[in-house]
Amino acid sequence: MCHQAVGLIQAELERRGIVTASVTLLPEITRKIQPPRALALPFPLGYPMGAPNAPALQRGILRDLLALCEVDEVPLLREERR
Amino acid sequence: MANLQDLPLLLRARLRLYTWRRVDPVPKARLSRPLRACRVALVTTAGLVPPGLVPFDMDMLGGDFSYRIIPGDIDVSTLQEFHRSETFDHAGIAEDPNLAFPLDRLHELAVSGEIGEVAPRHLSFMGSITAPGRLIKRTAPEAAQLLRDDATDIALLVPV
Repeated sequence: MCHQAVGLIQAELERRGIVTASVTLLPEITRKIQPPRALALPFPLGYPMGAPNAPALQRGILRDLLALCEVDEVPLLREERR
Repeated sequence: MANLQDLPLLLRARLRLYTWRRVDPVPKARLSRPLRACRVALVTTAGLVPPGLVPFDMDMLGGDFSYRIIPGDIDVSTLQEFHRSETFDHAGIAEDPNLAFPLDRLHELAVSGEIGEVAPRHLSFMGSITAPGRLIKRTAPEAAQLLRDDATDIALLVPV
């Protein structure tokens, strides 16, 4: 349900000219919702940014999301192994 | 990657029957400046609430569709989580709210010059919304407009 809410909010932001990218832990669901840009990460539910108190990992994920924001072809679902 | 097969049987059956709201057509915005000049906001659906604000309603039929504003200068460790879902382990976020709302990391990227600046306002929803009509019609547009009013260039969204 979280992934649906994210996709729907994401669409509203993008309609207002704000470029968006989201994390997904459930690409199967995200494919159904079809948000503009999503990054599929190999972490369990509850751990979207990887691990607690892991600044380098969390920063790396933010960088990858920002890089996705520079891509114009949407919808885009990028799968990433870490 | 989390896998639907790992969820409890009853939940899996409900998800199979659920009519997902598809975004169609897919809207597309374009960056008008380089990342190093962009103002960036975070949106979490982890149900995080700043001190002093009303918690999310765990019992609302269809799910609490309201949102909370998180100021960009908040101490992330003071955020409290009010997400009603039992499908995930809440311990990680309790230990480090950056796990679902990486505001400290965003500040670090601003300091290193990789983004222009951290937006003044960020958003928190409680993602367990099974009846998203009021989210779609009311609160998502309202919250999105708020970031627009702040001249936010980019929003990064994190579900749990």
